[in-house]
Amino acid sequence: MLLKGAEILLKCLQNEGVDVIFGYPGGQALGIYDALFSSDIKHILTRHEQGAAHAADGYARATGKVGVCLSTSGPGATNLVTGIATANMDSIPLICLTAQVSTAMIGKDAFQEADITGICLPITKHTYLVEKTEDVPRIVKEAFYIARTNRPGPIVIDLPKDVMENTVEYAAYNQEVSIRGYRVAKNFNYGQVISAAELIRQAKRPVIYAGGGIIASQADEELRKLAETMKIPVTTTLMGIGTFDSYNYLSLGMLGMHGTRYANYAIGEADLLIAAGVRFDDRVTGKLDTFAPKAKIIHIDIDAAEIGKNVKPTIPIVGDVKDILKALNERLREPADLREWHDTISRWKAEYPLRYENPPGGSIMPQHIIEKISSLTDGNAIITTEVGQHQMWTAQYFRFKKPRTFITSGGLGTMGFGFPASIGAKIAFPDRPVINIAGDGSIQMNIQELGTAVQYKLPVIICIINNQFLGMVRQWQSLFYGGRYSYTDISTQPDFVKLAEAYGAVGRRIDKIDGIDGALQEALTVKDRPVVLDFRVEREANVFPMVPPGGSTLIMLGED
Amino acid sequence: MNKHTISITVEDQPGVLTRVTTLFRRRGYNIESLSVGVTEDPSQARITIVVPGDDSIIEQVTKQLYKLVDVNKIVDITAEKYVERELVLIKVRADNSIRADVVQIVDIFRGRIVDIGRDTLIIEATGDEGKINAIQDSLRNFGIIELVRTGKIAMIRGNK
Repeated sequence: MLLKGAEILLKCLQNEGVDVIFGYPGGQALGIYDALFSSDIKHILTRHEQGAAHAADGYARATGKVGVCLSTSGPGATNLVTGIATANMDSIPLICLTAQVSTAMIGKDAFQEADITGICLPITKHTYLVEKTEDVPRIVKEAFYIARTNRPGPIVIDLPKDVMENTVEYAAYNQEVSIRGYRVAKNFNYGQVISAAELIRQAKRPVIYAGGGIIASQADEELRKLAETMKIPVTTTLMGIGTFDSYNYLSLGMLGMHGTRYANYAIGEADLLIAAGVRFDDRVTGKLDTFAPKAKIIHIDIDAAEIGKNVKPTIPIVGDVKDILKALNERLREPADLREWHDTISRWKAEYPLRYENPPGGSIMPQHIIEKISSLTDGNAIITTEVGQHQMWTAQYFRFKKPRTFITSGGLGTMGFGFPASIGAKIAFPDRPVINIAGDGSIQMNIQELGTAVQYKLPVIICIINNQFLGMVRQWQSLFYGGRYSYTDISTQPDFVKLAEAYGAVGRRIDKIDGIDGALQEALTVKDRPVVLDFRVEREANVFPMVPPGGSTLIMLGED
Repeated sequence: MNKHTISITVEDQPGVLTRVTTLFRRRGYNIESLSVGVTEDPSQARITIVVPGDDSIIEQVTKQLYKLVDVNKIVDITAEKYVERELVLIKVRADNSIRADVVQIVDIFRGRIVDIGRDTLIIEATGDEGKINAIQDSLRNFGIIELVRTGKIAMIRGNK
């Protein structure tokens, strides 16, 4: 069958199970868009390419599938860059299709030419510049394979205009992948598992430190089994939230800079740390030599380069964390007597709970909104966040129960991520509540996607925690820069209610504590358009507890 | 600081060298010398890189390099028995009065004179790093006008 490159591309995408693409057209992408016009693949037209990248990312995080975004060449492609870097830092499988000028024009500084594969080298798992139409099937196959296997990540496929418009014979989609320099890790060192099981049996004060790898490898069930069988307390990273039911008595919540005191204290006293699908990020460890100073460390990760990068483990195990936890569970049946350890932790939990106080007069504390959303949706909603104080309050106060219900930019910390990500999640799960918890700074970074949500009748709920500050930066200025609020006051801002209405969305402003429930309940009943809830909160509330940057996680600034 | 000679076998494709060097830059590793060329297999190229750093840095470099899809094999040959070679071209000032002295030094190092100008000579020499450094030092007093040196290439001895 003679087909154009663009038609072959779409056939290959369908063979990979792609049913939706997030994108934005342009000159060099005309050929691909022409093929899309008569394709079964659904295309969601965002209002900015960055929105397309984040939406594809949100779709991938919510479903576990590979997300796909599409842009034109030049500025279209460079607008994807923040989204690609975001996915790369959080190991999210993404295929980023970028149109490119014709092969004959590449390198000539043609109109709307940008070297996107070059630009993206350090922020992708791999990149392809397709030079021949015949190569399209092989490259698409390889790209999906690489994106979703081992440690997942984003792949850029750059598609010159002539490569997409040329016609070649297309037979069937090849099913085999053979890449000499890329092998999928199927095995792990079982001897290490035996040693790890022995350490776990002997431990008196063990802690599990679980991260995003548990979600990527769908190992939450194995994690729960290990924790419950051996009665080991579990703390999660920001990326690991949802891997362990926060209502479980073994849950310590999040650790690190804005973690719970009891999680950080537990790490400080632990004699064994089981680090699963984590990378010992600086926001987790604080000052490295004070992190888990008394603990032997079992480090399980699929990426060998993470072993020993920041912390040298006692027992490294490289491989799929699901398989490894399964093997560990087979060797572990009887819990040790950890009563003393549990008593210590219970005491910390009682003594140092997360806390805030609602001020008299009915003004709103941001934490209170998070708790309200949490209790009203009871673990069924998909929550996305932007980056800043509201993100940390969500991580602290929202009670997550399941993986893939908390979608946030952890590694890169991308403001403007959450709203488009919520669009991707809502496309994947139209029947589940999808709520974007935002700050008033972050929401303005991709506010244009209201147009997308209105066009596709997506009832995403946007809760703006509006303190009219770039709150997290203001908090640091307050604590570490003598209260000099340099360029963090953003009280000049649009009327978000009118703005929502201008786009055709629902807008509400809530400035008293007794208005929260009603507004949220009303928002949850809207089925055909997005809802913007502008919560006016205490302007200078801080995220506590907090480990000062570079400090030991055992010394936290408090609420007082 | 220790130096390691790392031999990397890669797909012979456009952009692969950029991927490798970008990784070094991005992760903050230094490259002391680098050479690239074809191998016995036309689909693969060999990059030989000399990296200063302790064992933990070399371990990270190796692991990070292995994550590049186009990298097929990495061998830190420092601890192996291996042959290493560099090539140097040196243009020295050498009028008639000192030419004989220069030629004598070149002979000692088993180098070759590859060009004779009115009062210059171009000398070619190959050898390991130590030898190349030595010939460079020996000729310095005559006045080196120009010097070009390749990166190191290396091969493990015997059957390995």
